[in-house]
Amino acid sequence: MRARRIRAIALRLGGALFVLWAVATLTFFAIHLVPGDPAQAILGGPGSQAPQETLDRVRAEYGLDQPLVVQYAAMLGRLLTGDLGTSYSLKAPVAELIGGQLLGTLSLALAALVLAWVLAIGLALWSSAPGRLARAVAGAVELTAAALPHFWLATVLIAVFATGLGWLPPVANGSPSGLVLPVVTLAVPLAGFLAQLMREHLLDALERPFTVSALARGETATGIRLRHALRHAALPAVQLSGWAIGYLISGAVVVETIFARPGLGRTLLRATELRDVPLVTGVVLVVALVYVLMTVLTDLVSAVADPRVRTAAA
Amino acid sequence: MSEVEPSGAGPSGSTDAAALSVRGLRVAFGGTEVVRGIDLDLAPGRIVAVVGESGSGKSVTARALLGLAGRGALVEAERFELDGEDVSDAGERRWRRLRGAKVGLVLQDALASLDPLRPIGREIGDALRLHLGLRPAAARRRVLELLERLELPHPTLTIDRRSGELSGGMRQRALIAAAVVLDPPVLVADEPTTALDVGVQATVLQLLREAADRGTAVLLISHDLAVVSGIADEVLVLADGAVVERGPTATVLGAPRHPATRALLAAVPTEVPRGAPLLAEARLGDPSAGHAPTTGPRGGATASAVDSAPILEASGLRRVYRSRGAELAAVDDVSLALHPGRTLGLVGESGSGKTTLARLLLALERPDAGVVRLDGGPWSESTEAARRPARRRIGAIWQDPYGSFDPRWGVARLLRDALTVGGQTSDRLAVQKLLELVRLPSAIAASHPLELSGGQRQRVAIARALAARPEILIADEPVSALDVTVQAAILDLLDELQREQGLALLFISHDLGVVRHMSDELAVMRHGRVLEQGPAEQVFASPQHAYTTALIRDSPRLAVGGDARATASTR
Amino acid sequence: MSDLELRAGASPADAPRPPGRGRGRHRMPRPSALFAALFVGFLLVAVVWPGLLETAPPDAIAPAEAFQPPSAGHWFGTDESGRDVYSRVIAGTAPSLLIGVLATAIGLALGLLLGGVAALGGRVLDFLIGRVNEVLFAFPGILLALLVIVLWGPGPVTATIAVGLSTAPGYARIIRGQLLAIRGSGYVEAARVLGHGRARILGAHILPNALVPIAALATLGVGQAVVWASSLSFLGLGAQPPAAEWGAMLSAGRTYLGTAWWLTVFPGLMIVATTLATTVLGRTLTARDGARR
Repeated sequence: MRARRIRAIALRLGGALFVLWAVATLTFFAIHLVPGDPAQAILGGPGSQAPQETLDRVRAEYGLDQPLVVQYAAMLGRLLTGDLGTSYSLKAPVAELIGGQLLGTLSLALAALVLAWVLAIGLALWSSAPGRLARAVAGAVELTAAALPHFWLATVLIAVFATGLGWLPPVANGSPSGLVLPVVTLAVPLAGFLAQLMREHLLDALERPFTVSALARGETATGIRLRHALRHAALPAVQLSGWAIGYLISGAVVVETIFARPGLGRTLLRATELRDVPLVTGVVLVVALVYVLMTVLTDLVSAVADPRVRTAAA
Repeated sequence: MSEVEPSGAGPSGSTDAAALSVRGLRVAFGGTEVVRGIDLDLAPGRIVAVVGESGSGKSVTARALLGLAGRGALVEAERFELDGEDVSDAGERRWRRLRGAKVGLVLQDALASLDPLRPIGREIGDALRLHLGLRPAAARRRVLELLERLELPHPTLTIDRRSGELSGGMRQRALIAAAVVLDPPVLVADEPTTALDVGVQATVLQLLREAADRGTAVLLISHDLAVVSGIADEVLVLADGAVVERGPTATVLGAPRHPATRALLAAVPTEVPRGAPLLAEARLGDPSAGHAPTTGPRGGATASAVDSAPILEASGLRRVYRSRGAELAAVDDVSLALHPGRTLGLVGESGSGKTTLARLLLALERPDAGVVRLDGGPWSESTEAARRPARRRIGAIWQDPYGSFDPRWGVARLLRDALTVGGQTSDRLAVQKLLELVRLPSAIAASHPLELSGGQRQRVAIARALAARPEILIADEPVSALDVTVQAAILDLLDELQREQGLALLFISHDLGVVRHMSDELAVMRHGRVLEQGPAEQVFASPQHAYTTALIRDSPRLAVGGDARATASTR
Repeated sequence: MSDLELRAGASPADAPRPPGRGRGRHRMPRPSALFAALFVGFLLVAVVWPGLLETAPPDAIAPAEAFQPPSAGHWFGTDESGRDVYSRVIAGTAPSLLIGVLATAIGLALGLLLGGVAALGGRVLDFLIGRVNEVLFAFPGILLALLVIVLWGPGPVTATIAVGLSTAPGYARIIRGQLLAIRGSGYVEAARVLGHGRARILGAHILPNALVPIAALATLGVGQAVVWASSLSFLGLGAQPPAAEWGAMLSAGRTYLGTAWWLTVFPGLMIVATTLATTVLGRTLTARDGARR
């Protein structure tokens, strides 16, 4: 029993490592199979008209004159030591550039995740509540929240709370109040998604025979929602946490840009604009790592929370 | 409908000692009355059964006794006393205090009726927390005591398990424990044995009996007269929301007076010999005829069929499923043979490998070892392309006929599709003939299966299976999802069709009574193996395997006569 | 009695069911679906015949009328060049939707290919595609799109392809699941038992039954694709101002957020409304289809 569980966890971790390796490989070959000269890009794009010897020097410096396989092997070797290469545009190690930004973005994403969960639980409980009107209104709120694009929500929030009412700063200035609007922007659409998912499972749980059993023991309506239905509703949403973190970091590209907040997203956007390939792939790899770790974590959590998941996985 | 009531057995007697006393209970949903004036008395230590078809109002009645009749239900009663307290106008708040404390509810299958995400200790302890305000540690002690009393093995471990982690019998005990933890004077059990394996069924019935012996008044809702006959002291027969007959179990079941009771009784296949129709008009018309066969057992013509060559023969079949290192032999070294005009009954509990075996015989799956031969030629070892032309020779019907119909197709399209396979004309006339064959009106051809009842759907499925003129029919739990009388009608139909068409029938069921009624030969399956195989009556008369003996012992049988209590307590 | 009790108690086997419940065939559409359909009709008119809805030429510059708030003359106000925002929003419908629809088509085509092969092509292919999908899922949100853009350069065409590519793994997974469910369904088994061949089962059962769910998926997807594509435009990586595309309009209007909120609010509202409409329609389709199963 125990051996099998360890085996299952080992398999899961092996799968995660595979995904990371594949992500690195995929990005590497995509970059090198696409037309365009990396040396040119390093020197400021095709418009720079750098002389041939400069190009050659850059190629040698970045190892671009080696055969592709050698470059690939070198890349993998560097990855194992945590070296993500050197940024073309900023001429600094990618790992350091990312390291400086990771915490800011992760704290933004985690704050948004927590807020999204709070909002989603509230919305789901509300939209599964008695009364057709309450249900319809809450359903519409969930649907709308899920349909809100980050960039629009951010601009509207700024228009209302920053420029309009002047309650909150329009840019992330480092103060806690500057974090409010970015977090809300990221959290609301995610809350809409999660709430829809949770409501579906909440309503489903309320229709199950065990609800009748609980009622027959004298359980209250609230008790059933909190002690029984909510668990069943939260589980599928927990399983989406890996996706949610990825979604939030991806949303951070927009949100950090709008709120002028330093972070991974803004770095990624700038790198994309400058076609800084090592920096972009570095960020992508780090996000993939976060995503994979989160997925493994949620898989383990749900296996503990739900014996049915464990038997299905084992 | 008039109530047939033997004198003295009615509810008119003294109600001083009644744990529950109801007069004129009515439940209506949006103007439609589904329970129409039911009187009910439950006395301590006695088990009263309410039987009836689905739709007769028995489940709504049970729920109404806990104030849980359902959304939009209008519940009225002239008198409604629970443990001496008038609850006829109790609101939700008061009902909440009563549920669990004064009246407990046991539903069917604990897998669904206990929260799969909570440890059973918490589920059982809920009532202690809600009604006595016990702290978790104190509640846990009480729950442990109860688990010990109910003889659950390793209570200190079990208490922290969730229902899905327990065996069938253990989780069913936990479900009952959750209902009786406060020793409520009234216990309502709503179909507590449905969909359970017979061994587990027996456990449940024993626990209900024990609860009654401790002085609880038990109300048992069931569609299964065999279960009722073994345990109930008194029976109420419900039809169309009203009690049509009531009295001591032996009287009601031994000498039924109302047609509804007789129909229910007749539909119980257990004691009806092979070959005798369950729902013959003659038997319904004459209550004294009992279960005397009207056509007699199968004659010598079919008996000699056993000498004929088998049309479908399996030998040494094995099918293993692997999941992450663990191997499970769903079917293990199974050999059997189907003969034209004969029925092989296959009985076993859920998970015993019956369905996998059926799929192997249908060549929907490849065996890991062993072969299936069709008419002496290769079948399982053939290629799918070579098998395809011969596939029409084997038909199949399943437990869920609706799932076996393409949701976009109507009845006519389904049948025409099957007719083309046999290379037959698929015109309206052919469709009508098929519908006639399964005793369905031809108008049904124009409808969608959604619009049909469960019994009608299964008839359409049979018609489709027979459209290609098969020589073999494999029926996997074909009646398990049906009401008893509908089940009886489908069994009669299958039996008749088999005789008319000389089909080799493999009849798979978990229900020993049904299988016994249908089969010439019987195979008992467990853990993927066939434990025992032989002429049906011989297997019943002298089972060779201990498991078969237990299966026969645990299968509820219609015990008509005064031995109702005896059957339950001798266990 | 509180409603919860009633919900849970609502399923005793013999309680009467309201007539028509569980029947998808003759149900009246809900008002939300009706509104959604009307709005999609409006969008289609804006695409095919924008002149019918525009109140002014969308690109006519009138510096004297710059930054006018919404009024009877200019429903959505005017922008920094005095152009009528309402007419520009209408004119922007076609390019915005085109990107969304094309991206969905790309994503769906890839998803069909991957999901179809995975579900019907045997175990080895299923395993391989499953791993590929797992890898693609590790590029969450617009990350895959950004990667495509950094390789091919920004622009509306790249943005379309990028959004299409990043939605493909999601489609592939859902389509695979749906095809597997159908392939394992009782009616496909019944058809096999009858002796129908693979081609016939595929043509008569699997594909027709997958059609409605996939159509619903596509409907749901268009709204999301519009949001993604306009996000890229907003970031300056898709359609560029002064194109009358919703995301590009938002991007241009952002500079004036403090003074002229209508420049960002209205194009954004169109995006939100489009997403809502397609979501409601997609769900209605799914619900109607599900009612028969």
